[in-house]
Amino acid sequence: MTHKQWPLWEIFIRGQHGLNHRHVGSLHAPDAEMAINNARDVYTRRKEGVSIWVVPSSEITASSPSEKGPLFDPAESKVYRHPTFFDIPEEVGKM
Amino acid sequence: MYAQMIKSEGTKREDMSPQELAFQARIDRGEKIEPKEWMPEGYRKTLIRQIGQHAHSEIVGQLPEGNWITRAPTLERKAILLAKVQDEAGHGLYLYSAAETLGVSRDELFEKLHSGAMKYSSIFNYPTLTWADMGAVGWLVDGAAIMNQVPLQRTSYGPYSRAMIRICKEESFHQRQGYSIMMTMAKGTPAQKDMAQDALNRFWYPALMMFGPSDKDSVHSEQSMAWKIKMNTNDELRQKFVNETVPQAEYLGLSVPDETLAWNEEKQGYDFAEPDWSEFFEVIKGNGPCNRERLEARVTAWDEGAWFREGLSAHAEKAAAARMAAE
Repeated sequence: MTHKQWPLWEIFIRGQHGLNHRHVGSLHAPDAEMAINNARDVYTRRKEGVSIWVVPSSEITASSPSEKGPLFDPAESKVYRHPTFFDIPEEVGKM
Repeated sequence: MYAQMIKSEGTKREDMSPQELAFQARIDRGEKIEPKEWMPEGYRKTLIRQIGQHAHSEIVGQLPEGNWITRAPTLERKAILLAKVQDEAGHGLYLYSAAETLGVSRDELFEKLHSGAMKYSSIFNYPTLTWADMGAVGWLVDGAAIMNQVPLQRTSYGPYSRAMIRICKEESFHQRQGYSIMMTMAKGTPAQKDMAQDALNRFWYPALMMFGPSDKDSVHSEQSMAWKIKMNTNDELRQKFVNETVPQAEYLGLSVPDETLAWNEEKQGYDFAEPDWSEFFEVIKGNGPCNRERLEARVTAWDEGAWFREGLSAHAEKAAAARMAAE
């Protein structure tokens, strides 16, 4: 049998109006249309979504685990980016 | 438990390389391992075996219940059973996808199932003879599966953990629909109640076998627990299952087919009879009542579905070519 394995698709679902699409998993399908059909059956059987994106897995570029340090460590020393860094006296009120 | 007797290939702590020690330390800290990160070859192989077997169980598990879809007693029961069986297909897909992140292909996994190189849970090699079996399967088989799957939501491998979380959300429906069938039959005519009792009689011990033999002395089990791909011992889970299930049987007015069953105040759990482990090993070896039938049904479905898969591929290629031409 000359069966060619279908490509893998990453599935993103918008759970409710107003929310981001979120990655929920992956599945195999011969094309985008079938990927959407299958995603409907696999990931939204209980009304989990109002919109579906499908993206060929091979089109996704990911940061590599070994780059974790250089990519994310610089943010560690910049706690002043969080509002809780600043003490505002109580008498100033809500800010 | 949908994965039984998984052989674990690890290195003893004293023989571990610095990289392996660092890996184990991450797991001990409760960190999740993600697909592209370094992992010991044994961890990867063991997980492929375990997740693969679990996926196969979900898929083969559709067969005993599919048997009753056309013969469900009411349209509502039929729709519910259909939804449950469809869920099982979904669970199989989540797990196959998780296994694939470890570098094995879907086709390889199918091929190993079809050739018998990989197993599925022993429970699905028992026949479903009456409608009450749909009740017993949902109540006991899905109930036993939940015992194992709930702790596995915390497993160390990210994709496996996420698949388990998704599955557990849906699995509770399965157990309840089974128990609901049992309640209806146990409250029905004497003949219906007998049918429910008969189903419990036949599924009790096979359900206990789902957790696998006692693993007190198993090296594999120890390694898998260190890796957090097995969260409890088989005996712990079996005991928990019996403790929860016996009162449910009492509520139904049915009796668990075990004369030695007794509450043990000291351990705050039931004492119960072990299943016949020689039967379990025979079923695992392929000599259960339905092993051949199940595997044949799987292989036939795959082979006879080939034209459909090829048709979809051909359509996709043609549509892609047409798009290229239009650009």
